[in-house]
Amino acid sequence: MSSTEVPPVAPTTRRDRHERQQRRGGGFLLGTVGVLGELLITAGVLLLAFLAWQLWWTDVEANSAQAAIVEEQGWDVPLQPVGDEGPTVVTPRYDDPPVLDEPEYLTTFASMRVPRWDGEPTRTITQGTDRPRVLNPLGVGHYEGTAMPGGVGNFALAAHRTTYGKPFNRIEELQEGDPIVVWTQDTWYVYRVTASEVVMPQDVRVIAPVPNQPDAEPTERYITLTTCHPMFSARERYIVHGVLDYWAPVSEGVPAELAEVS
Amino acid sequence: MYGWLWRHLPGPAVVRVLLLLVLAAAVLATCFTWLFPWLAPYMPFNDTTVGE
Repeated sequence: MSSTEVPPVAPTTRRDRHERQQRRGGGFLLGTVGVLGELLITAGVLLLAFLAWQLWWTDVEANSAQAAIVEEQGWDVPLQPVGDEGPTVVTPRYDDPPVLDEPEYLTTFASMRVPRWDGEPTRTITQGTDRPRVLNPLGVGHYEGTAMPGGVGNFALAAHRTTYGKPFNRIEELQEGDPIVVWTQDTWYVYRVTASEVVMPQDVRVIAPVPNQPDAEPTERYITLTTCHPMFSARERYIVHGVLDYWAPVSEGVPAELAEVS
Repeated sequence: MYGWLWRHLPGPAVVRVLLLLVLAAAVLATCFTWLFPWLAPYMPFNDTTVGE
């Protein structure tokens, strides 16, 4: 019996067992493939997370931010009934409405509501149409240089149709004659939808002072909404045109079109 | 990769699972706060304006 003979040491730790398995199974190559597989699975999970963020979380964030601005700046106050008998309905006026001067970039100067989009909250309108500062956090943007609410020319607006609160999500539901109600601090402007169309992204003629007639001199008070089309794509643009029906002072009450809404 | 992480985490299995959950939550929070907002402008489905 030889006392110098050392019995083979059985692998005891988990690491030893693992390394032995790796050597048996092809070693380095198999390990690399394993890590690659894990990386690919991780990438897949992160892509799903990105979808969840883009399609759900941006809505949560933007809707709460936009609701906070409506609350903070009191845009919904004119919608609340004053007495017990419900809101007073304004008398439509068809003479020249008061028109604000174009405000500074990033100023929130008006709000809008579309009765057809029942259940949608009030959306504020902010000067400018860039995505990081206006459309993503604040909702609806006003194209610089186009008419102001009630002004002769084309009051042109842009907003997201999907993601970031999606203010114009239901734009395709709008039909000819539907009211679009815009209000500034002092004045209601009730527009009526006249037409919808799908155009290419470079077709700026839709926001010309007379929509689709870039060289014409405007005499009417138009409104134009622009958003992406088809949904979840930016290949084309969905456009809705309208024209001013009447205006009224905010102090008198609410337009009949909004009497049911609040 | 995850095997390596598992072997290098301290404590019994329950603790390691909890640690992994915390790490995963931290990675997701980082993505939601910084990575995804940075990435979004490069995605081709958010344009709503005409012109540019």
